[in-house]
Amino acid sequence: MTKFQSLREAVAENLHDGDTAAFEGFTHLIPHAAAHEAIRQGRKDLTLIRMTPDVIYDQMIGMGMVKKVIFSYAGNPGVGLLRRMRDAIENAFPRGLETVEHSHAAMANAYEAGASGLPCAVLRGYVGAGLKAVNPDIRSVACPFTGEELAAVPAHRPDVAFIHAQKANRKGDVLIEGIVGVQKEVVLAARRAVVTVEEIVDDFEGLHPNLCVLPHWTVKSVVHVPGGAHPSYAYGYYARDNAAYLEWDKVSADRALFAEWMKTNVLGVGPDVFAARVKGL
Amino acid sequence: MTDFTPNEMMTIAAARALSNDDVCFVGIGAPSAACNVARLTHAPDITLIYESGTIGTRPSVLPLSIGDGELCETALTTVSVPEMFRYWLQGGRITLGFLGAAQLDRFGNINTTVIGDYFKPKVRLPGGGGAPEIATSCGKIFITMKQAVRGLVEKLDFYTSFGHGDGGDHRRRLGIRTAGPALLITDLAVWEPDPETKEFTVVSLHRGVTRQMVQDTCGWTVRFSDRLEETPQPSELELGTLRDLQRRTELAHGGRKGN
Repeated sequence: MTKFQSLREAVAENLHDGDTAAFEGFTHLIPHAAAHEAIRQGRKDLTLIRMTPDVIYDQMIGMGMVKKVIFSYAGNPGVGLLRRMRDAIENAFPRGLETVEHSHAAMANAYEAGASGLPCAVLRGYVGAGLKAVNPDIRSVACPFTGEELAAVPAHRPDVAFIHAQKANRKGDVLIEGIVGVQKEVVLAARRAVVTVEEIVDDFEGLHPNLCVLPHWTVKSVVHVPGGAHPSYAYGYYARDNAAYLEWDKVSADRALFAEWMKTNVLGVGPDVFAARVKGL
Repeated sequence: MTDFTPNEMMTIAAARALSNDDVCFVGIGAPSAACNVARLTHAPDITLIYESGTIGTRPSVLPLSIGDGELCETALTTVSVPEMFRYWLQGGRITLGFLGAAQLDRFGNINTTVIGDYFKPKVRLPGGGGAPEIATSCGKIFITMKQAVRGLVEKLDFYTSFGHGDGGDHRRRLGIRTAGPALLITDLAVWEPDPETKEFTVVSLHRGVTRQMVQDTCGWTVRFSDRLEETPQPSELELGTLRDLQRRTELAHGGRKGN
């Protein structure tokens, strides 16, 4: 049964110290509110998976909650570098960070393999690329039919996935529109999935039959958090707050400024602040 | 003709290399500007694809990220990220990949991963993203970047994506069937790989640029073509299109909360 819960309850029940978690969203629909709740609850020793660990993983890493990141592009999209993540990798501040680095193609394939119940993904990838030499999880297999050497990476099977979506209905079915990224795959690959949504509607009558819908029985928990992707965006609801991404570059550049910002904007508030943050966007 | 900056010349020279028939996987930054200038001038039917899954997108402003809303709103269709990388990129549907680089060597190998040692980096850069497979799965690769000795280097600190390796037939020896780096457009010059050695060779200098300027901003000994040309200057249309695009982009991204 899908539970309709508060964000506090959903995170408390589904994210535990030491878990492997994926807060996914490919630029669009990034679950900021859920990540902030995880920060407030002070989870520790997390292994985080994400193709594009952007601002939310920078924040979680900066707060010392993360021991390992599995990723393929660690940038602030359109702005530059992730400064808290860099500080962790380059200076072990506030703690050392183990990294497992892939390409986007491998990460996307690894989620798909996880959703497919396979132990690994096979792709024509990493040919001539340096990551093979520094990531022992990148191996190769020979095609049994042609002999072609193909790359193999382990499937992603997170303990818990967090995503943000546009709508859920009263049963807990979830609709995702626009740039859908790897959200369907991460939910189906994970043991538990928590979805924050912009809106809860009575039913999905009249939807186009090919839309991306996750049935309620694939989702543990649905939480109504309007604006919960901010400063990312929700197609059909509000636009990306590009200025906030630029601001993050400055905030994250300074350890003290970062700590202050987290206190004011994350630790001292609740998920209800997100609705106001997207007004006018 | 009004005056133009080296950056504008770089973007416009890159745009000219694109055609209506191209199905182009677009990197963010300079490649995105060039691809959209091409679409708004001589190549209105070019298919632009961003790795967020948007196919045939026609943005009116340059996206800040590869997944901006306008890319999806103006696209012919938007597919999931696994589908993008499996069916469209790996499936061989994309004729051209357009990449930027933090470090580039003479054979078009690219580093966007680290400066220094991988395990003790001086600077941890964002990493490869889609580039390792873009570099080998697209029909050919164009690269655009500003020249600087720390960017155009004798030896990469890390091989994020494979160009021509050690040169010659290195791609073929690894079983790669696509052409690889075919053009390098910088703020000073246009470069093409030598047909045999695959070393990038300067074929065209932008207006006012000397051989010495190209050498002074490049970490390897530069080879110049025997038939070195001057890059045609930007036309009014090209320059106007680029500047309008940038003006619209600044307006769209500058403000907070929709102003």
